[in-house]
Amino acid sequence: MEKMARVTTALGSNAVSGRTMFCHLDAPSNAISVCRDAAQVVVAGRNIFKIYAIEEDQFVEKLNLRVGRKPSLNFSCADVMWHQMDENLLATAATNGAVVTWNLGKPCRNKQDQLFTEHKRTVNKVCFHPTEVYMLLSGSQDGYMKCFDLRKKESVSTFSGQSESVRDVQFSIRDYFTFAASFENGNVQLWDIRRPDRYERMFTAHNGPVFCCDWHPDDRGWLATGGRDKMVKVWDMTTNKAKEIYCVQTIASVARVKWRPERKYHLATCSMMVDHNIYVWDVRRPYIPFATFEEHKDVTTGIVWRHLHDPGFLLSGSKDSTLYQHMFKDATRPVDKANPEGLCFGLFGDLAFAAKESLMSGDSNRKPYGGGDRRYPIFFFKKPDPTEQFANVSSVLNVYETEMENNRMDWFVKTAKLYLLSGKPFAELCDHNAKVAKDLKRPQVSTTWTMLRIMYSDPGNPGVNHGISKVGAIPVMNSFNMKDITVGLGSESRLDRSKGENRPDNIHLDLTNSLMNNNDENEETEGSEGPADYLFGEADLDDDDLYTMEHDNPTEDAEYVLPQEAFPLRHEIVDNPSAPEHLQDKADSPHVSGNEAETVSLTPIESFSLISIAHPQYDSNLSPSFFSPVVHEILQYYAEQGDVQMAVSMLIVLGDRIRKEIDELTQEHLYTSYVDLLQRFELWNVSNEVIKLSTCSAINCLNQASTTLHINCSNCKRPMSNKGWICDRCHQCASICAVCHHVVKGLFVWCQGCSHGGHLEHIMKWLRTKSQCPAGCGHLCEYT
Amino acid sequence: MRHSTSSRKAVDNSSVTVSGLFKMCAHCERLCKKEIGIRIPRPLGQGPSRFIPETKILQVSKVDSKTQVIFEDTFSTLGRLDNISLVMGFHPQYLESFLKTQHYLLQMDGPLPLDHRHYIGIMAAARHQCSYLVNLHVDDFLQVGGNPKWLNGLEGAPQKLQSLGELNKILAHRPWLITKEHIEHLLKAEDHSWSLAELIHAVVLLTHYHSLASFTFGCGINPEIHCEGGHTFRPPSVSNYCVCDLANGNSSLDEMQSNQLVTDTSCEVEALMEKMKQLQECRDEEEASQEEMATRFEREKTESMLVASTEEEESAPTRDVSRHFEDPSYGYKDFSRRGEHVPTFRAQDYTWEDHGYSLVNRLYPDFGQLLDEKFQIAYNLTYNTMAMHRDVDTSMLRRAIWNYIHCMFGIRYDDYDYGEINQLLDRSFKVYIKTMVCSPEKTTKRMYDSFWRQFEHSEKVHVNLLLMEARMQAELLYALRAITRYMT
Repeated sequence: MEKMARVTTALGSNAVSGRTMFCHLDAPSNAISVCRDAAQVVVAGRNIFKIYAIEEDQFVEKLNLRVGRKPSLNFSCADVMWHQMDENLLATAATNGAVVTWNLGKPCRNKQDQLFTEHKRTVNKVCFHPTEVYMLLSGSQDGYMKCFDLRKKESVSTFSGQSESVRDVQFSIRDYFTFAASFENGNVQLWDIRRPDRYERMFTAHNGPVFCCDWHPDDRGWLATGGRDKMVKVWDMTTNKAKEIYCVQTIASVARVKWRPERKYHLATCSMMVDHNIYVWDVRRPYIPFATFEEHKDVTTGIVWRHLHDPGFLLSGSKDSTLYQHMFKDATRPVDKANPEGLCFGLFGDLAFAAKESLMSGDSNRKPYGGGDRRYPIFFFKKPDPTEQFANVSSVLNVYETEMENNRMDWFVKTAKLYLLSGKPFAELCDHNAKVAKDLKRPQVSTTWTMLRIMYSDPGNPGVNHGISKVGAIPVMNSFNMKDITVGLGSESRLDRSKGENRPDNIHLDLTNSLMNNNDENEETEGSEGPADYLFGEADLDDDDLYTMEHDNPTEDAEYVLPQEAFPLRHEIVDNPSAPEHLQDKADSPHVSGNEAETVSLTPIESFSLISIAHPQYDSNLSPSFFSPVVHEILQYYAEQGDVQMAVSMLIVLGDRIRKEIDELTQEHLYTSYVDLLQRFELWNVSNEVIKLSTCSAINCLNQASTTLHINCSNCKRPMSNKGWICDRCHQCASICAVCHHVVKGLFVWCQGCSHGGHLEHIMKWLRTKSQCPAGCGHLCEYT
Repeated sequence: MRHSTSSRKAVDNSSVTVSGLFKMCAHCERLCKKEIGIRIPRPLGQGPSRFIPETKILQVSKVDSKTQVIFEDTFSTLGRLDNISLVMGFHPQYLESFLKTQHYLLQMDGPLPLDHRHYIGIMAAARHQCSYLVNLHVDDFLQVGGNPKWLNGLEGAPQKLQSLGELNKILAHRPWLITKEHIEHLLKAEDHSWSLAELIHAVVLLTHYHSLASFTFGCGINPEIHCEGGHTFRPPSVSNYCVCDLANGNSSLDEMQSNQLVTDTSCEVEALMEKMKQLQECRDEEEASQEEMATRFEREKTESMLVASTEEEESAPTRDVSRHFEDPSYGYKDFSRRGEHVPTFRAQDYTWEDHGYSLVNRLYPDFGQLLDEKFQIAYNLTYNTMAMHRDVDTSMLRRAIWNYIHCMFGIRYDDYDYGEINQLLDRSFKVYIKTMVCSPEKTTKRMYDSFWRQFEHSEKVHVNLLLMEARMQAELLYALRAITRYMT
């Protein structure tokens, strides 16, 4: 309460008011500082040194301190400070190493008072003592800090940081004798002004230069530092060892840091590069800025709170040659835009989801989590101003547990392991994969594979013929399904049943029933493809669409029908090359019969009639690119269903047949998601195979990144840092081949039982004839 | 010095009969081919450097354990120990950082594909007609699977790399002319645009190889044995000197001159040290006015223009290096000429430590740190010796060299008195610096020999490191400043 009283008096005596406003300077500024009465601000830079009066709604230039025709480098300011006791007194740090003081009370135009040229390098910072009128401190690039008594012509004491350069010096506001200095090498030193020989304490605050530091105005122990490592840290200096109590990670190196008056946990920062905004952080909530000022167009170089006891006004100067007064109430609050929602998967597939309470109300299914509200309840106890604190968001945490059976991805793992992607003729790959899919009760996928083989195989290939003969028993069904494959999955499962098992009749008679069953099965086996119901409805619809489409485009339809029917009557194909008029005539018949087949039971006679109708349309030279659009659609369909495994496997197996049809980016996308999935399931071998087989350069190079393997020396057990075969420390060759006794520099294989080993080839050769370890240890090594 | 003279005598002798020798060896070569069928390559130069006698360079077998480890590392990562590393072996501390940086730049994770990196290296080195580096990286380029067609010239390379040619050219010779428009042009091309991260990587590569070319010429690095010009198939009975060795300014005349001069300049080191002492002492007393300081910078700048290399020898690159770059007439032009005025770059407004580092590290993670370490090591490296004197604080001299190079690129430090440069660096040294930094291909052995005659070779290599790093930083600062301007 005592503090509150003081605040009111301070504000009462000279009430600060104004609005967000700015003025153009003629040149970029390097630093700004305010007068004690908060009515004037001084702006200093390489080519500017002016005083502005802050009025109600504008800045008014009061005085230009840069006088003389040829301004010297002493005017080129790196830093400026207005004395907080004497409003006529200013000090600047010049880039040429001069420290200059200015007395505004001087009658003449040139207000320069004293000039100290003791520093050899650029002076980065000047600082007046908060209570002592004549004491000035400077910190320079040459690694020295100097304390000046303004009544004397030269410095009274020099402090050597024993380090490259001083970036900031700040007198402690509470301790009369103490000041802090921050250094380019990441250290912060505390000095007693009476003891120039040695610092009181030193600690490493940042990795890389510490650009700025600021003492907390109220709490004597707190020092905030900002560095090139993009961090702002708050240190508690009251303990023996400086303790880091808060740390804020920003997005760019921190150029300035200033505690916000009257707010214990707030500080303002601006950055050195790239980022132009000024942030005000609540150090206890380091992830999101409390407030942001986004007015500047170039990096902000100086920030200062206008009044010592008023948290509402911030002044800032920038490289974009503007001077701004920011009103705190006009600041953007990033937290308002943030979604207070979180989502996370648990180890066993549980899903936790937290969201705003208002959004979640009405959800009957939830069970609120017992964790409770973990925010800071007594935050701003004194001033319950709603604009001055983080918005209270009460959120609800929901945890969804998964039932193990439902979401099992067993099929995925098994499929990944069993699929063959290369190494055999195309047709065999397809057959194999179809079989795998069928065994895993994924009839649609299985059918797709069969279909692919049929589409792309060369009918002359005996392997293919063999494959066809297996399916050939029910050609009509196949022909029908060919049409549907692009659209949905309903009909394929039918095909699968009829093809796979020897009971075609009852299935077709009890068609709807079997579909329903199938649906259930789908849900079980392919959890991710949940909305199977939906698809079935869709399939029916699309059937109709398909008809109309096929009427427009009969040839395309014909090609669906052809390949498998060609088989039984192959000799005829050669004799009767396709006749266009014939084709026109018979164009619709396949669906008609197809429809029949669907509704009526399937008889051999019908199917034969179909074949005879269809066969003349066959063209043995049908180019595979004919199918490309269809296959493209299939691919897309699977990808959209979330079955990226199928999409990628198709892509790889089809290889060049389809690759050019699909744009690189999509391919890359598919590959990355599949590889990612495989790696999550720890299917490293499969993922590597996929990476190897992919043709996208972006994917291929995945295998070339981070190929480092770290090993330890077998003698001294230390990590071998640079070479795999000789140890730095004990200078011994670590891996010697047990067979040839030479150093192994390539592939090294060893027995896990006796840990002897050697060149891969040698060991292979050795173990082909012998079973004992080549090192003679008597172990019976196994090589697999 | 004495060592180098004696070995040079051998050169003199051989140069007399050079034409005869050459004819004979062509003959021998033919014989060789006919009779044995296998041609055995032999090293041409003696040791890694033309300028430094082989005996003075550390022998791999004799180096201390630290250098040994570094050499081993290099060998195991690169599969070779190149002459640059051998010469830098004088300064193991720096070498370590240099190799680490270069390794990260070329081999480790980064936005550019490996072949692009080497190709950019070739582009950069070719700008200075540095056949040594070009040859080295042509091999590397092919090894990482680069397309050999690209090597036919920049036209053979993808559009994206071609567009980098302009930046390469300006950066190499007149970095102060880089504007944000250049950057924009690269980043906003429709199909072949660069990403910011790639551009930073490319810029670092370019500057690295420009400055490394300076070092290569400055130290007279000899071609590697497996590269063109690095070996001969002549039998050992014939003289070891090749034509190109002789063409590189080692004429006997130079030697005689320098022999005479040795006696005159024995007190050179002492004089230099005396000057440094004086400057140290009177710095506090004499206060030059600001105008004076400004004019001193201008004077140094203009004087650096006058310090032109007098020798206009054309070096003949062995491989046709010129096909890797366009516009060969574009060279270093003095920073401030009458007519075109480019504003001076104020070092304090855009420093490496504050601005450059942050930008590089943001776009090319971790690399800013490596570069920062390398710059610091180069800048702070000292053994506190000068020629035969021990315990000398050389910081003033090092700073003068560093700032003189930045001065040539128009970078001015407010807190530096450019009068010091005039006091500390004599004319022949300035000639050397200027040549090496601005048109390194013109560096000759005579220049190398004629500056700082009494200093050790290791100290001259040290100077070369300083020059190289200062140049790299200057180029980087200009490029990064342009990128920053583009980004804001």
